[in-house]
Amino acid sequence: MQEDVVVVKDFTKTYGSTVAVDGLSFTVHRGEIFGLLGPNGAGKTTTMESLEGIRHPTSGSLNVLGVDPTRQPDRLHRLIGVQLQSSGLPGSMTPAEAMEFFCAYHHVAPRYDLLKRLGLGEKQNAQFSTLSAGQQRRLALTLAIAHNPPLVLLDEPTAGLDVSSRIELHDVMRELQASGTTLMLATHDMAEAEKMADQVAILLRGKLAALDSPTQLTATGSGLVKISVASETSCLAQEGGVFPGVSQQLNKDEYMIYYSHDAGETVPALLDHIKTHGDHLVDLRVERPSLEDRFLEITRSEDSNGGQP
Amino acid sequence: MIAFFHHFMYDFRIGLREKSLLLMNYLFPLGFYVLMGLLMTGINPTFAPTMTPAMILVAIMAGTLLGLPYPVVESREAGIFRSFKINGVPALSIVTIPILSSCVHITLVSIIITLTAGPFFKAGVPVNWGYFLLILLLTALTFASLGILIGVVSPNSRLIVLFSQAIFLPSMILGGLMIPSDMLPPALYRVSLLLPTTYAMNAWKGLAFGMQSTFDPLWGVLILLASGIIAFTLSIYLFTWDSKNKSRGHNPLLALLSLLPFVIGAIFLSTL
Repeated sequence: MQEDVVVVKDFTKTYGSTVAVDGLSFTVHRGEIFGLLGPNGAGKTTTMESLEGIRHPTSGSLNVLGVDPTRQPDRLHRLIGVQLQSSGLPGSMTPAEAMEFFCAYHHVAPRYDLLKRLGLGEKQNAQFSTLSAGQQRRLALTLAIAHNPPLVLLDEPTAGLDVSSRIELHDVMRELQASGTTLMLATHDMAEAEKMADQVAILLRGKLAALDSPTQLTATGSGLVKISVASETSCLAQEGGVFPGVSQQLNKDEYMIYYSHDAGETVPALLDHIKTHGDHLVDLRVERPSLEDRFLEITRSEDSNGGQP
Repeated sequence: MIAFFHHFMYDFRIGLREKSLLLMNYLFPLGFYVLMGLLMTGINPTFAPTMTPAMILVAIMAGTLLGLPYPVVESREAGIFRSFKINGVPALSIVTIPILSSCVHITLVSIIITLTAGPFFKAGVPVNWGYFLLILLLTALTFASLGILIGVVSPNSRLIVLFSQAIFLPSMILGGLMIPSDMLPPALYRVSLLLPTTYAMNAWKGLAFGMQSTFDPLWGVLILLASGIIAFTLSIYLFTWDSKNKSRGHNPLLALLSLLPFVIGAIFLSTL
């Protein structure tokens, strides 16, 4: 049986008359990477900050590794590591000082090896304000994991990072997961969530719109498969045609893109059309819907339902 | 205790590393001291006997009222305190450590002023070193508590300037630093009793420098102590981790209670 690390039950948070989170419930299991997705104002940061003990729920309950974040903040901070969205460090503090400072408050020896492991060895005596965005993010993650917490909460961990820095951070996250650490990830980045997360919760206007693994979520959508075709003389764009299974088509750059609910019927028909028009195939791609497609589908459906997910 | 030590050492180093703090802790008070030593001792011969405590008070006010509040507001607005809270840094440390480290900076500047003012500018030297140090420590702690309290209750840096200057400027003019309080007209003398520097100067003159004090210097010690304790307690009570989270919601006007001992002093001591 999987051990529950985070249990959120009927969690509601209001600011005056504004409902930021409305009756949210989910469970995160040990060793999982859990993605919290949603557009701006969906309630992701409020949920994360409430789990970190910064904000207090208006109603409902939160449980982090058996600790109530509101009532037992002293126990909580030993169990969690948090990489904040904002910098969270004084501009003149060096990575080495930050490591000493936070490790001292966590009652553990400073982990200078982690600074080196995350590529900050040469920058350990540089002031925080002089570090690049990628180095600042890596330092925040290093400090979050330095006391070896069983749960790490990451808020937009790769926002603004270049490709190689993102890959490095993803590698570290995978290593942490392999060592049994549970990770909660609030992100706008659907590709990151799809790649990294075992379970994803999509929040819309403070409510839970979907909760499942990325694979299941994409499978339970409209079921449309995206077929992109390019040919030498672009006969599909010029001649048009009706193909079996296609519910929507559009022309983008040199490609004709078809959304089909039966790729097995559509693809042979497309190839046959190209051949009969004396054209030659250049590229053909068949893709299942991405998490981003599914996210947009859920968002549009919520909008058309007048804010009721 | 190890965490407290690391935090203190970091805060002390920042007082030297950050240009704005270096200016307030050392460059401004020492520059002002040299300027006053060169100019005022020639223009006004009555300045020399009280020059040492007056210049130490300038150092105390610069390091505390002008130097302490801004980092508090900046850290709160930048989410640094939120990060501290998540990592188990207690509010008591956040309030106490800058007070202690600024007292160390003030002590270093005070040593320079006290050791050089006599030989270079023929300034008065303490006759009772015990009282001199006691009043130095008490005044520094009181002003540092007031400085932190200003940072805690100021929602932005513009209000810091307003609150800090509301004490700093009148203290420079009426607080006994440039003109002895007993030479002020009665109405201004009553106003000067609302300022902490008046009590510190009076206590130093009467207890440490062997000079005539305007009123019983022990009243000054008591009033400074009371204000310091109230300011420190209110700094912890009113402290907020996060400007976006108003859940604690204590009224910042409570900070005015820290000035109550001076109001009481002004009421009772102006009639003596």
